[in-house]
Amino acid sequence: MSTPILSLSGVRTTVRGADGDLHPVDGVSFDIAAGETFALLGESGSGKSLTALSILRLLPDGVDVTAGSIHLDGTDLLALPEQAMRDVRGRRIAMIFQEPGTSLDPVMTVGDQIREVLDRHLGLRGAAADGRALELLDAVGIPDPRRRLDEFPFQLSGGMKQRVMIAGALAGEPALLVADEPTTALDVTIQAQVLELLRDLQKRLGMAMLLITHDLGIVAGMAHRVGVMYAGQLVELAPAERFFAAPDHPYSRKLFESLPTRPTAAGRLSVIRGSVPPLGQVGKGCRFADRCDDVLPGCRDADVPMKALEPGHAIRCILDSRALAPAVVSAPADAAVKVASPLLDIQDLRIHFPIRKGLFRRTVGHVRAVDGVSLAIPAGRTLALVGESGCGKTTVGKGIVRLLPLATGRIMMDGVDLAKLDGRALRDRRRDFQIIFQDPFASLDPRMRVSEILEEGMTALRPDLDAVQRMEAVDALLTSVGLATESKGRYPHEFSGGQRQRLAIARALAVEPKLIVCDEPTSALDVSVQAQILNLLRDLQERLGLAYLFISHNISVVRYLAHEVAVMYLGRIVERGPTELVLRHPAHPYTEALLSAVPALHGIDARDPIRLEGDLPSPAAPPAGCHFHPRCPRATDACKREYPGATTVGPSHLVHCLHPAH
Amino acid sequence: MLPFKPILLWTDMLVLLLIAAVIAFVVRARQHEHLRAPWRKVARSTGGMIAAPVLLAFLAIGFLDSLHFQRGTPPEKGQTDMRYGPDVLSVLDILVEHLRIHQERSFSAPFATHAHSRETITRPDGSQVRDFPRLRHGGSHLVDPETDRAADIGRRLLRAVGISAVLGVLVSVAVVGTYARRRGLSFDGALGAMRDGDVDLPIGPMLVSTLLLITTFTMLFALSGVYHVFGTDKVGQDVFYLTLKSIRTALVIGTATTLVMLPFAVTLGMLAGYFRGRVDDAIQYLYTTLSSIPDVLLIAAAVLMMQVYMDTHPEIFDSVTRRADFRLTFLCIILGVTSWTGLCRLLRGETLKLREQEYVLAAQAFGVSHFRILLRHILPNVFHLVIITTVLKFSGLVLAEAVLSYVGVGVDPAMNSFGTMINSARLEMAREPIVWWSLAAAFAFMLLLVLSANLFADAVRDAFDPRIRPVRRGPRVKRSGVAPARRAAEAA
Repeated sequence: MSTPILSLSGVRTTVRGADGDLHPVDGVSFDIAAGETFALLGESGSGKSLTALSILRLLPDGVDVTAGSIHLDGTDLLALPEQAMRDVRGRRIAMIFQEPGTSLDPVMTVGDQIREVLDRHLGLRGAAADGRALELLDAVGIPDPRRRLDEFPFQLSGGMKQRVMIAGALAGEPALLVADEPTTALDVTIQAQVLELLRDLQKRLGMAMLLITHDLGIVAGMAHRVGVMYAGQLVELAPAERFFAAPDHPYSRKLFESLPTRPTAAGRLSVIRGSVPPLGQVGKGCRFADRCDDVLPGCRDADVPMKALEPGHAIRCILDSRALAPAVVSAPADAAVKVASPLLDIQDLRIHFPIRKGLFRRTVGHVRAVDGVSLAIPAGRTLALVGESGCGKTTVGKGIVRLLPLATGRIMMDGVDLAKLDGRALRDRRRDFQIIFQDPFASLDPRMRVSEILEEGMTALRPDLDAVQRMEAVDALLTSVGLATESKGRYPHEFSGGQRQRLAIARALAVEPKLIVCDEPTSALDVSVQAQILNLLRDLQERLGLAYLFISHNISVVRYLAHEVAVMYLGRIVERGPTELVLRHPAHPYTEALLSAVPALHGIDARDPIRLEGDLPSPAAPPAGCHFHPRCPRATDACKREYPGATTVGPSHLVHCLHPAH
Repeated sequence: MLPFKPILLWTDMLVLLLIAAVIAFVVRARQHEHLRAPWRKVARSTGGMIAAPVLLAFLAIGFLDSLHFQRGTPPEKGQTDMRYGPDVLSVLDILVEHLRIHQERSFSAPFATHAHSRETITRPDGSQVRDFPRLRHGGSHLVDPETDRAADIGRRLLRAVGISAVLGVLVSVAVVGTYARRRGLSFDGALGAMRDGDVDLPIGPMLVSTLLLITTFTMLFALSGVYHVFGTDKVGQDVFYLTLKSIRTALVIGTATTLVMLPFAVTLGMLAGYFRGRVDDAIQYLYTTLSSIPDVLLIAAAVLMMQVYMDTHPEIFDSVTRRADFRLTFLCIILGVTSWTGLCRLLRGETLKLREQEYVLAAQAFGVSHFRILLRHILPNVFHLVIITTVLKFSGLVLAEAVLSYVGVGVDPAMNSFGTMINSARLEMAREPIVWWSLAAAFAFMLLLVLSANLFADAVRDAFDPRIRPVRRGPRVKRSGVAPARRAAEAA
């Protein structure tokens, strides 16, 4: 290993609070060599972002680095005056942030933002700066860079904005690039593009990269070395290959086991109990002890030091390293397709949003968010609706539970067309279908107690219950989602993300529905908590015979939970079939691209992701013919003419494509 | 039989209604943690707690001035009923009766013993001279004002300081004692904690502001018995008395107007934001039209129309006080009707955002009625805006009253208010030598009221505004205190 570019030693970052000092980063040490990618992996609240901000000295007010040292090429960054630090930022270390939408100044053109860096750090102005900016935009793969220079951020798509951010970061030719969750806000196909770009640039420019992420898949594809953070401390430091072959710290191992790609033999995901402890509550000893399955009496006695197992590999655990037992990748759910009459049968569902213009708000067109979707879900089964953001999958979910006005279509449930119901009749049927939302922080009213939240549905839809029965039902619901009955007097903000999602599930269950629309219920949660929620959903399905319409962009979650999958693109379903068939042998080129873009856990560059050209077109003006043809590698002239009908490619496996894969 | 007859004026009713609303809110807040928490934050802010005692003092004066009655005289022989005087008085009038009845003939400067302008005085021997005559009340107890006045004032001030020191110690002991009991400390322990800065409430600053207040008031009252501490106005009324009476007018305008405004703003704002479409169009049309008419013109027109009505129907008011009060009530109403648009727009925007929140969608998925959703989900979640706007608007309204009265469309000329004081001071400023004290007194008191209201409002805004709360950290939806764009700029 060459001499490190960046070297952290015992860095401790302190938040001064009214109730004493907290240490979100507590004694973190690691090195990054030139040309190396170091991945900092951890759940939310583990202190990984604050570590990055500490390196750049961009900490918010009231937060300071109080111990340790940070050296960049031998210079002590913590000793530099602010003036000199500004020459380091952007020139020696550059950073890209999670949200490309808010990281670019909306009132500056793309060119100006890049030229600003060139002027500040390299003294380039005028034509020289223009030329360099063009080169940079070209290097990050932005088509037609000359035109883009004079455009504003709002004229660019999310992926484009992140590319511009990267171009701006590269402008100062930094020795170290800090990427804080660079693709978390992006769709999986765009994520694949951006990750490939970063990998490629790093190889070409030989810069070091500090990659901060919570996604094991991204780490596997990008990193040379991995540091796992937990509650402000590094718990494992290892070369990537060693780490992915056999992680040693119990927490790292648990992280792998809780991935939905690795259910245990019983079909359940291994979970980590509880959640990351709040900063104020870390006590003496190992911080993971309370959630560890292998906890020993000595774990809580004294602080555990990092222990080197071999050069470049260390863990913070008093246990000896043990190789991870090979995970059993069991068959997802059960692959057999039972023939059952569908509980929910949707025919040709369309949801259009009018585009209004002019003084009198006349309707001049429609956004066809959902444009002819047909689905069927049998009782007690799960249908997953997969697609990128903007494809209309959430709109389908909200349409089915009649939260949005439908244009046309039939939604048959128990022989009744829900689409035709109105007012009182609709209200009475609402007991049968409920919805769970993505963001557990937005889906519970912050001003209501848990008992009030759970009671709301019962008061509205089960007038037969009196107050006492409702309270009994609340207790039963809390128990069934694994929460203590004492929590009914508390407010939502007192709960963690995973607990809030349990509450949201309990609220939906309160009216005993037959179908629950789950709109990305785990995408806002950490991996270990996601496993808890997925297990709960599965248990509830087995126990209560619920049917789920599971909306997700996360293929591994779908593989774990769903019996059938429908893939959506631009308001229409392009492929539909049993999970195993669709995910193993995708027939539609879009499905193929989507699946290949998912970062795989094993092997960097194990396979070449299919790169999709361009971005999702606007649903207001979808391309003629097959909606996918402008981005499709197999498109022919016939594809431009008309939308392809359904072709059967396997048992109950349908695809809308003129050129299916097999 | 009572020696007085209670009188309930229109504005008194509004004041009582407000007090009832505040009590109801306090009772509710005691049961709901989310309502109580922000007020605890207000209690921890230094600025707010410095302002609170001052505001409370103003409120107490305003409240005492809102308890009205007519004095009665015992029935004469042959009559059974009490006879009631024509004057409507308030409890405050009785407490400071000496100020009310110690009238001079015309202007006199603060602490003066002689009138402000020369008059023709007839001496006991019958000869006439033009000189500054002695005042009837101001310093009338002094034999030789020239030599005795300074010593007399000094002596009275000293006594006032003595009294306020005793009062101050009593208050401090009570406050610190209460605080010690609540924290389970001994009295010495609490003092020690305060010295070490280990207190969660800014007790020190609050006590300082209370003590200053007590000292000022004791001094003013100790001197006002025999002097006109702020001088007298054109008709010889004590300016200190006028200032005290103006406080109620300012408070009524500042609070009762809100009471008129809230129903419009809250209902229309929530309806527009929640139902959108045509309802929204109609409400937006209404408030854009209303807010594009200059407020002063609208108010002037309404007040003048009402004035004409009052002039043509003098029989409906049985006293000058009732008449003035009616005009004040009307002013509150018209101010309320013209000032709801800002809050309405704010609430519409917030409701537009909230109606897309998933907990509202979840309620809709349960088939909960729109009315219930508005009441249970939307209203509690926009309530912080209502509170912030109400306290911020208070000082604006107090100042607006001054401006309107200055232009002549404010309160009745017979009613004391900061506006009418300033308006009459306008003419006095032109006199030679200058009569500055009415303006100065009105200005100082209004400044004190508005400043403490603003300080308090700032504390309330900080406590209630969710954007000022500590950052919440969750995965994916992670937001940091520093705007990413700024951080990105710094990183570049």
